[in-house]
Amino acid sequence: MVPLVAFQLLSAALFAIGIYGVMARRSAVLIVMSIELMLNAVNINLIAAASHLDGSGRWANFDGQIIAIFIITVAAAEVGLAMAIILRMYRNRSTVNVDEINLMKW
Amino acid sequence: MSWFLFIILAVFTLGGGLGVVVTRNVVHAALFLLVSLVAVAGLYLILFAEFLALVQVLIYGGAIIIVLIFAIMLTRTAEYPYISDNRQWPLAAVAAAAVGVVLGAAFLDNNHLQTAPNSPAFADLANSLFTTWAIPFEVASLVLLVALIGAIIIARAGEDNS
Repeated sequence: MVPLVAFQLLSAALFAIGIYGVMARRSAVLIVMSIELMLNAVNINLIAAASHLDGSGRWANFDGQIIAIFIITVAAAEVGLAMAIILRMYRNRSTVNVDEINLMKW
Repeated sequence: MSWFLFIILAVFTLGGGLGVVVTRNVVHAALFLLVSLVAVAGLYLILFAEFLALVQVLIYGGAIIIVLIFAIMLTRTAEYPYISDNRQWPLAAVAAAAVGVVLGAAFLDNNHLQTAPNSPAFADLANSLFTTWAIPFEVASLVLLVALIGAIIIARAGEDNS
């Protein structure tokens, strides 16, 4: 059986990749994709930890899974809003390069 | 067997994730993201979270990838190949590696739990969702509704003067 720590290391690596994407990418769409990667890393961690909660081998409770479902819900809402904002940005500035979106920068 | 599946799925997950952050082509990035998300659904199956695997494929593999590809297509410009990375990418790589090492060290340090996962029943999951978590569930539906209305308003607001 795969131990919990393997899943946690995988999730840490995926989260780090997501952080790199958010900080290094210039296209707003790619930044949203990197945020999705980070949300997935969190979900892997939650599900793995929840499934290893109880030593008896059964799922002790489903709270981990339900919180993961909520995270997926919020991710769906976030992608919808992000797409609307990106479209608006593109319509106003004709670019999705976040380095050129500096209207609210001081 | 479980290790074998885990390693294959981990390679696909991390490979897809790396593809998202290094590829120059935005459409390829979306497809790499799809690989990564479907591999994560496989990881949920290893953990016997069948419902989550189903939700992952439906919501992420279906809806979210489609929305992202729509966003790419609707904002497609000739500049896309040239705007992939900005100048702070070495700093970003260092920070990301540091976070990964710190999280990994923390998890290795807390390596007590070694029990095997087992399969839950869907009925128990539904019971828990609609009794203990009923109010958060309703709040989540409200969040989705507000987000969708907000998305429509934000996306439509500029149409009359553009």
